[in-house]
Amino acid sequence: MNSVLGIILQRLGLGLLTLLVVSILIFASVNALPGDFAQAILGQGATPEAVAAIREDLGLNKPPITRYFDWLAGVITGDFGTSFAQANMSSFAGADTGKGGIASVADQMWPRFKTTLFLAGTAAAISIPLSLLLGILAALYRNSAYDRFINVSTLSAISSPEFFLAYILILFLSFLNPILPSLSNISEGMPFLDKLYYTLLPALTLTLAVTAQMMRMTRAAIINLLASPYIEMARLKGVSPMRVILIHALPNALAPIINVIALNLAYLITGVVVIEVVFVYPGIGQLFVDSVKNRDIPIVQACCLLFATVYILLNLTADIMSILSNPRLRHPK
Amino acid sequence: MSDQEILLSVRDLKIEGRADETWNPIINGSSFDLRKGEVLGMIGESGAGKSTVGLAAMGFTRDGCRISGGSVVFDGIDLVTADAATKRALLGKRIAYVAQSAAASFNPAHRLIDQHTESPIQHGVSSKSDSEADAMELYQRLRLPNPEEIGFRYPHQVSGGQLQRAMTAMAMSCRPDLIIFDEPTTALDVTTQIEVLASIRDIVEQFNTAAIYITHDLAVVAQMADRIKVLLRGDEVEEADTRTMLSNPQQDYTKSLWAVRSFQRELKAPVAIHSTPVVSVQGVSAAYGKVPVLHDISFDIHPGRTVAVVGESGSGKSTAARCITGLLPPGKGLIQFDGESLPADYRQRNRDQLRQAQMIYQMADTALNPRKKIGEIIGRPVEFYMGLKGAEKRKRVEQLLEKIELDPATYIDRLPSELSGGQKQRIGIARALAAEPKFIICDEVTSALDQLVAEGILRLLADLQDTLGLSYMFITHDLATVKSIADEVVVMKEGKVVEQGPKVEMFQPPHHPYTDLLLSSVPEMDPDWLTNLLNERGVDNIGDAASAKI
Repeated sequence: MNSVLGIILQRLGLGLLTLLVVSILIFASVNALPGDFAQAILGQGATPEAVAAIREDLGLNKPPITRYFDWLAGVITGDFGTSFAQANMSSFAGADTGKGGIASVADQMWPRFKTTLFLAGTAAAISIPLSLLLGILAALYRNSAYDRFINVSTLSAISSPEFFLAYILILFLSFLNPILPSLSNISEGMPFLDKLYYTLLPALTLTLAVTAQMMRMTRAAIINLLASPYIEMARLKGVSPMRVILIHALPNALAPIINVIALNLAYLITGVVVIEVVFVYPGIGQLFVDSVKNRDIPIVQACCLLFATVYILLNLTADIMSILSNPRLRHPK
Repeated sequence: MSDQEILLSVRDLKIEGRADETWNPIINGSSFDLRKGEVLGMIGESGAGKSTVGLAAMGFTRDGCRISGGSVVFDGIDLVTADAATKRALLGKRIAYVAQSAAASFNPAHRLIDQHTESPIQHGVSSKSDSEADAMELYQRLRLPNPEEIGFRYPHQVSGGQLQRAMTAMAMSCRPDLIIFDEPTTALDVTTQIEVLASIRDIVEQFNTAAIYITHDLAVVAQMADRIKVLLRGDEVEEADTRTMLSNPQQDYTKSLWAVRSFQRELKAPVAIHSTPVVSVQGVSAAYGKVPVLHDISFDIHPGRTVAVVGESGSGKSTAARCITGLLPPGKGLIQFDGESLPADYRQRNRDQLRQAQMIYQMADTALNPRKKIGEIIGRPVEFYMGLKGAEKRKRVEQLLEKIELDPATYIDRLPSELSGGQKQRIGIARALAAEPKFIICDEVTSALDQLVAEGILRLLADLQDTLGLSYMFITHDLATVKSIADEVVVMKEGKVVEQGPKVEMFQPPHHPYTDLLLSSVPEMDPDWLTNLLNERGVDNIGDAASAKI
């Protein structure tokens, strides 16, 4: 097991290093955005003095390198700074901090992130088992009418823009047949089932968007193994076709499947901006879009860093799980 | 045997394979009967359709193949017309299969014993605990070490010879009436092969199991089979009981198979005492990372001579070659060429030093770029080392093709995929010759080839040596090849040279005990060879066990 532990520690170290590089990129690109907060908030007619005063107040006139290290030092100690526009943001759900109105970035982001996680979690809970099942069945009945149907339909789903899928679902599930609400304005105090009810439509849209990749990778990874001698051996032992796939092929096909699942999970969390806007879902994606509009740099930076961390962590988990799915590493000689 | 009832009856079996959108015949009508407890040996070169017939005897065809006619009747059931469920009920339970490579045919994700008990549990023959207890007993009978514990290991934790025996045990798990053995020892070293052969023969006798034993090795089939059937490119050549077949083959093709090991180079005069060796390996030790592979090996290769390096897989033969070519810089020791020391790393050698030592590989399939034409493959070293271009280059390539006895006009614009295995290996030779080297390393160059084809390659190499004065380092595990072309022999075991000297001395006693073990483990055509050898060595002293004692 020592070799596995070594690999995991190495991956963790690399993950941290990646995160550091990403933090530089985020800081540089956010600073390269045209315009700044002072300009944005004061509008066209602002006097240069007023702009300078606000810049001075927020520390925007310090050199970028100093600002980067100030920010980094804050991030490492868990302090993401204070939102420039927190006063403007208090109207949003979940931003009520109870600390006399001054909301830190973390206070603003955390409730939003939780709601996004809820949406992503719901979508994952539907899409992962569904795509595994569809993929396994497609491998079992490969080249049949079912296989072709499922391939064509998942591919059509992934090829359509998400907002289009979203409006189609709204049309059929909430307009023509009013089963589900088209606005997902959930709030923190809602009972779980209500939250689920309001989240279902965006979650279904996301499911349509991610199922194809996971299902096709499951199918391909399994079919790829079907020509191997140990699968032939299993067939020659009189093992049923379903058991051949589940017991003999699937355990050896896990590594690529896990990796695609991780990529799609990361997409569910970080790629939900459009869906949140369509369904007015109060998640991190909306916060992000609003902050970019307002040039609210601390929040934009923190969101980017959060997305990067989610990506890196999920890929790290996938790496570790693929390593663990290899019996050669789990049971060294 | 003839008093036993017939278990399997194959009549006029025809099989087709799909290639280029059409179905082409692979087997043109095979017929045979197998009685209970009888072992039928099926022999032929690669591509003769042995495995295809073996699998069809289970009612199974690989993807891209189909049974197009005839019948396979097992105990009253025609497996050609039976539905999938009927066949599944028989497979594993009454008909079992032992594959060529146990390492590839055991599922890497499951423990051996879980794979062993799968058939009995799935077919409802016995419970998991009964079947596990039975597995341990079978492991014991097959003389696997630690029979109580070995089943709980994963395939990668067990050696090749042990896996092959574990697979035989697995085939026995439901006590089938028929087992198909598909080249079960081809991938094993000679010393390990004996152990597996002895185990298979014992257990088949004990349980009175009928078997089809597929192999390309005549000496092996002579030990295992009651009757032998010879196949050639999908056609049946002849069938007779083993002793008749060995002593009195009827067909020309069978006779040619029997006579294959006849090529013999004449002996050369001993090396002059003060001659400078072409290649001199001096006290070389090498390691892959932290794993030591070679320990202080030394040998010389003199001009115009062939040094055979023999040993089992993992003995360090190929690693020694990698040290000489500079692909693996040795940790200690020296490689000299014509009396001059070479830089250890090939990147520090100049073009002329690189040119002098060339290599020919075991798998011509993977050693030739499949997207380049023959003219380009051979032309590349002609241009790189000799600086020839255009018409001059093409002329040189044509000369080289003539040297390897392939017609230049026909072959120069072909792709490797349009050539046979033997022809591809000839291209490998031509590519090595293109550099006009003094010294060529031949790494198992004949072991992937059929015997008749291999003999042609050996003859070609010998002729080239005579006309061009080449020196060869000939890496092989096949002692018959050593006998036919070597001048000197180096025997390696576990990264050390255990014995070396002129061939005549090596093949005469007294030997180093390990050389003796290697020599005596090579199967002979005598059907009583295995029995006699086992009596001589004693059951506990065969194969791995004997090797470990030396």
